[in-house]
Amino acid sequence: MLAPRRLLARLFAVVGSVLPLALVAGCGSSTMSTIEGHSDLTRSILDIYGTIFWIDLFLFVLVQGILIVAVIKFRATGKETAPPEQVHGNLQMEVGWTIAPVLILLVIAIPTVSFIFDSQAQAKDDALVVNATGKQWWFKFEYPGYSFETANEIHVPLGRQVDVRLQSDNVIHAFWAPQIAAKRDMVPGRVNHITFTADTVGTFLGQCAEYCQDSHALMKFRVMVDTPEDFEKWANHEKQPVADTNEASDGFKAFQGATCIACHAIAGSSAQARVGPNLTHVGSRTRIAAGLLENNEANLKLWLKDPSAVKPGEGRNGVGMPNLNLTDEQITTLVAYLQSLK
Amino acid sequence: MANPAHAVPADHAAAPTQSYFMSWLMTTDHKRIGVLYGLSAICFFVLGGIEALVIRTQLAAPGQHIVDAATYNALFTMHGTTMIFLGVMPMSAAFFNYLIPLQIGARDVVFPRLNAFSFWLFLFGAIVLNVPFLLTPFVDMRVIPDGGWFGYATLTEKTYTPGASIDFWICGLQILGVASMAAGFNFIVTIFNLRAPGMSLLRMPVFTWMTLVVQFLVVLSFPCITIALVLLMFDRLFGTHFYMPEGGGDPLLWQHLFWLFGHPEVYILILPAMGIVSEVLPTFSRKPLFGAPFVIFSGITIGLLGFGVWSHHMFTTGLGATSDAAFSVTTMLIAIPTGVKIFNWLATIWGGQLRLTTSMLYALGFVCMFTMGGLSGIMHASPPVDLQQQDSYFVVAHFHYVLFGGAVFGLLSGIYYWFPKMNGRFLSESWGKVIFWILFVGFNTTFFPMHIVGAAGMPRRIYTYDAGLGWETPNLIETVGAFTIAVGVLFFVIDLVRSIRSTSGPLAGPNPWDGSSLEWVTESPPKVHNFDVTPTVYSERPVWEKNYGPGPGYSLPTVEEHIHLPPPSIRPFYLATGVAWFLVSWLVAGQFFTFGVCSALVAVCVILYSCVSWFLEEGH
Amino acid sequence: MLPASSGSAAAGHHEPQAEYAVTGVPSYKLAMWTFLGSDCFFFGALIGTYMTYRGKSLNGPYPLDVFAPAVTSISTFDLLLSSLFMVLAVHYAKRGEINKMMLWTGLTMLGGLVFLGFQAFEFHSFVEEGLTMKSNIFGCTFFTLTGFHGAHVAIGVLLLGLLAWSVRTGKVVNPGLTTEVIGLYWHFVDIVWILIFTLVYLLEFTK
Repeated sequence: MLAPRRLLARLFAVVGSVLPLALVAGCGSSTMSTIEGHSDLTRSILDIYGTIFWIDLFLFVLVQGILIVAVIKFRATGKETAPPEQVHGNLQMEVGWTIAPVLILLVIAIPTVSFIFDSQAQAKDDALVVNATGKQWWFKFEYPGYSFETANEIHVPLGRQVDVRLQSDNVIHAFWAPQIAAKRDMVPGRVNHITFTADTVGTFLGQCAEYCQDSHALMKFRVMVDTPEDFEKWANHEKQPVADTNEASDGFKAFQGATCIACHAIAGSSAQARVGPNLTHVGSRTRIAAGLLENNEANLKLWLKDPSAVKPGEGRNGVGMPNLNLTDEQITTLVAYLQSLK
Repeated sequence: MANPAHAVPADHAAAPTQSYFMSWLMTTDHKRIGVLYGLSAICFFVLGGIEALVIRTQLAAPGQHIVDAATYNALFTMHGTTMIFLGVMPMSAAFFNYLIPLQIGARDVVFPRLNAFSFWLFLFGAIVLNVPFLLTPFVDMRVIPDGGWFGYATLTEKTYTPGASIDFWICGLQILGVASMAAGFNFIVTIFNLRAPGMSLLRMPVFTWMTLVVQFLVVLSFPCITIALVLLMFDRLFGTHFYMPEGGGDPLLWQHLFWLFGHPEVYILILPAMGIVSEVLPTFSRKPLFGAPFVIFSGITIGLLGFGVWSHHMFTTGLGATSDAAFSVTTMLIAIPTGVKIFNWLATIWGGQLRLTTSMLYALGFVCMFTMGGLSGIMHASPPVDLQQQDSYFVVAHFHYVLFGGAVFGLLSGIYYWFPKMNGRFLSESWGKVIFWILFVGFNTTFFPMHIVGAAGMPRRIYTYDAGLGWETPNLIETVGAFTIAVGVLFFVIDLVRSIRSTSGPLAGPNPWDGSSLEWVTESPPKVHNFDVTPTVYSERPVWEKNYGPGPGYSLPTVEEHIHLPPPSIRPFYLATGVAWFLVSWLVAGQFFTFGVCSALVAVCVILYSCVSWFLEEGH
Repeated sequence: MLPASSGSAAAGHHEPQAEYAVTGVPSYKLAMWTFLGSDCFFFGALIGTYMTYRGKSLNGPYPLDVFAPAVTSISTFDLLLSSLFMVLAVHYAKRGEINKMMLWTGLTMLGGLVFLGFQAFEFHSFVEEGLTMKSNIFGCTFFTLTGFHGAHVAIGVLLLGLLAWSVRTGKVVNPGLTTEVIGLYWHFVDIVWILIFTLVYLLEFTK
């Protein structure tokens, strides 16, 4: 038997030739595809996925085949003179189709149970620990081994085990990066784990999968798998305070004046609040607004002008980023300042 | 006092002083109550369908703004809640009400007034859930339930959803819960105690059996959601913290209690349809149900196992490996009795003389699509696969195959099968077949692409999505499918109204389909008292055997019977008003505490008065 | 084949269908059993919630700070005694000795009312000592569980009152069955209390 994963991929390709859209779903680099794995965790999921898929396909063809044959073969002609033979049942057949599913289910259950225990085993001692906290509506990532904090973009090294510790201090969210980490919930009052070892360098998409109100649809994140060298470079840069901590600069004054400082932190400055995302190196992130928008001047301005126009619910009930009613001048200064925080 | 001498045969609706409206308001006739349930269910099904159309329109293309995020969230919450509690459940209840007494050879259910009470309470609950749509323009807060049909804490706590939306949801569900449980007690006792002579348990029709299993599921699972909702209400109203970690609570307690109800609820939705299909397939194959005892025991097994699988809705919540493994295995076990049923249905039609009536088409469609939903269910019974599919559109595809392709198609099969019994004339067969194919094609166009878009990683409950993830085309196809379904439903409703009003067309007669159970003994529509004399049953297919042998099937004793039927009563309506009033008071207390509590006290008086007058009401 | 039209009917004669009983168990009684089965899950969920959160309070007052075992033991004994009265009431109702049945029904009600009095006293003193529904998870679960039990007792007292009144005014056709059905409810509520008393109170003193 071929690796079930490869069979699965091939089958989706076959389906795709009928429905070209499935091809789009199954391929391409920046997708949320669940049938493509780039870590030990997601690849072993695909093995089981593939096994079940083939069993399901067989059963589907069997049942629908019998159904279709029966409908064609036994359709009444209207010329029958007497009812058909009145068969009430058959014990052997009943026993047969009770036991057959048991055997089929064993084929599924054994790898399933072994996966459950393997995937939930304690992480290795040298695993990279990332504390991930779900917020309304963004993800906070802390690297305790490196003592820094970032948001919505998580970098992990290739080939090293990562232990993502999932938490929430508000409502339930779910951390779902289909190709790298699969899914687990971020439940208030608990710490859940996902452990995985990425095996492909690249950027992978993730999104909150547990309904968390208004901007649930827009709560995204990215997993960047770097080579170990690149990762160390990134991490060492992240833990540095910003180069320019001159609090007399126009930018920082605007940051204070617009009350950004009440919620956001910039390491190395007097801004230390931990309500919103840490902005120490916000200029070096690829996206803003929880992965929603590209990080550029126009989008930053759009965001500062009215956050709730970009992400519904922001600032409502004291959740998320309020509309600070900034002037265009303030916005221009702030955007320049934020972009300088590389 | 019950004086049999002057009670032959008392007509429920015959009191001449009653207006037509009052005769429905006061009816205790199980057939009329069944009709009320059925018509309400169709109305709410259409409403839930309209909600679905708005959802599908919004998702037809990426980045649309037909509705805003908050409205979208309210719509999918109400779509789920409506379809489950106000669409499929009352449609099943319509069949329970109309058919159970007929199938077991009884004149009514055991407690006819309790039955009427259940219906009115159901209607009040449905109104409470939907009244926020009308309130929205006039109030300055969110009032349409928007916490999802599953209402996960902590999101539903006052801290995160401060408006009245969750209060309406809690109140509506509590009312519906009481209504369902009251009906549950009634039907369990009815089925056990009112069977015609000779009808042993294993001679009961399979639909009656599935009804019995469903009622046990109802009375045992609804208390769990009642408690879950009470605790949530206390959190919101009295500042307790059952689900708030800040006070030592645990949001997962909600999930445990909710799914301890929620999974049996899935079988509450599907077992009636399975029962209907188990009646329809044999009739139109002109064969007995293959392995009937196995089908019945499979239904019982599904019901029992249904209480042991709830945590499979929680594989992603981190309950630990042992729990995940155990619940995964129990969940897979459910595939066994389900498979047994499917193979028995296939064996039933094999070797038969299949008459492809509309009802039969829906039943075959049920087998076809329920199988599809069952097979995708095996996938997420395995936690590793569930870690990818949970809360994605793959799951949306799965449960729509089970609940629409399964439950709704089963119920439609039942409607076409028993409509002539209820109405005396048929629904249009030619239109029926056209509608079936519209729905079948529309259904698969809508929900099959959801498997693909789910595998492509589209999460559930998102009001918008980005282009470029391969989600656009399937979503557009799904929306086209949804409108196809809408066309089919529209035609169905038109044909239904036309057929009910029609005074021409062939009469059905007592047994138009050559059915085998006792309801086909009665006239179409049945007399108020159903049977002139109670039949004695000798077979599990009494009417068939009477016609084709080998046994006598059933006999109608010649002894004269005194028929006493309960007179109409307004008490059920009063009591339902009192109970609904009491529960609505707590909803009001969410905004106006003192007023709400006082109102609850008044409601208690109304309940007490209704109970006493109910208890003492004289038979006429 | 038709059951007798009189004799087996319970309260009211409005529901003649209720007189049939294929299983031999009168319908009212079967309905009560079904209800009690359902109520098992009701209390099961409540007791399960209590036990899940047992010992999880983040702050006091803790159970041992407020419990007064002597007082609760007396009220428990009182409720058990009322069950005995209930047995006697059913016994005499079945024998048709209405006066004795009324006496024991009254005493059962009294037992229930005394129990509710104890509960009101207990709730009051707990609140005095600083334990409310809001104070901690023990407060949440304790008041909810025992409160719902108290509500069941109160409904039982009302049912008994209605029974006594309707028997006195001759509205009940079959007092034996009606009393027995209400008795089932009363005993069930009693058994639930024994569970609560054991799990909520006694368990705290077993260290």
